[in-house]
Amino acid sequence: MNFWKNSKRYAWVLGALAGTLFLGAGALQGQFAVIWRKAVMICLECIGIG
Amino acid sequence: MKRIRLTVQILFTIVTNGYMYGFLNGKIYRGSLKYACVPGLNCYSCPGAVASCPIGALQALLNQRGFQIPFAALGFFFLFGSLLGRFVCGWLCPFGLVQDLLHKIPIFHKKKRLPYHHILKYGKYAVLVLLVCVGSMFLFGGFAKVPAFCKYLCPSGTLFGAIPLLSTNEALRGQAGGLFLWKLGILIAVVLLSMKIYRPFCQYLCPLGAIYGWFNRFSLVQIQWEKELCVSCMACEKACPVALSLREISRSPECIRCGKCVDACPQKCLYFYGIRTKSTKS
Repeated sequence: MNFWKNSKRYAWVLGALAGTLFLGAGALQGQFAVIWRKAVMICLECIGIG
Repeated sequence: MKRIRLTVQILFTIVTNGYMYGFLNGKIYRGSLKYACVPGLNCYSCPGAVASCPIGALQALLNQRGFQIPFAALGFFFLFGSLLGRFVCGWLCPFGLVQDLLHKIPIFHKKKRLPYHHILKYGKYAVLVLLVCVGSMFLFGGFAKVPAFCKYLCPSGTLFGAIPLLSTNEALRGQAGGLFLWKLGILIAVVLLSMKIYRPFCQYLCPLGAIYGWFNRFSLVQIQWEKELCVSCMACEKACPVALSLREISRSPECIRCGKCVDACPQKCLYFYGIRTKSTKS
């Protein structure tokens, strides 16, 4: 019972670890460059022109 | 708490949109900070934005040719979500701040929810699935895929991106047409509705809120309820701006951790995890 109670309390650690792993996987696949390329150009769709 | 939250909201908005040169010249920041995402909905075409929007980043990855799991965007969602949950919405989202301020304007009879809230609250999940995910993978504009949420719905992009850019950049102003008017209409509707209903965009349409809501049950930042101290006065329920019941506070995907329940509790039996006032302990 205590184990489950505690594991729920610390589930955020697993989530944060998964997030870090995903970020690593994204970096390996070059996805940050894709995000950067999109973010440094004025996104015409976002401002209702494209 | 109320003042602390407003200060944090304003400071975070200023820090994440601090590229003043962009506002003056109708250009956007092009530095390396844009490799990273901010936690809240903050259009990366805002002239002041110094980092990327997480929903925009997700769509940019889904817009690529072929299909790749968008690990980088998922990473940001898991990291921010696991640590903060919808605390991001309540404390760190610039568009949330705008809606909060609009709701303070003393016109219209204020309401917490729209009629049919129990159905409409699923709208944000529909937006996430249909516009952000499916739309970005399958909707084409010419030969390229389009970021459907940004293009057809996002009022944050219109407010923080389009209006400042169009007001300072003449070349862009000449190109604005029907799509801009559509998005301006959505922004005006959200602005007017925000004066009556508390955060209508967050409650019914925001895909980022839908994602962070999923993390609410187990995120690090929680509002704890000391059941033994509770006298069931229901002051917390009355104070909750999104009309949650005592048992739903903090656990519900709708809770934005604004802390109004914490302020309202006369027994101090509600508190942010790890932060307790002296009167709670005595």
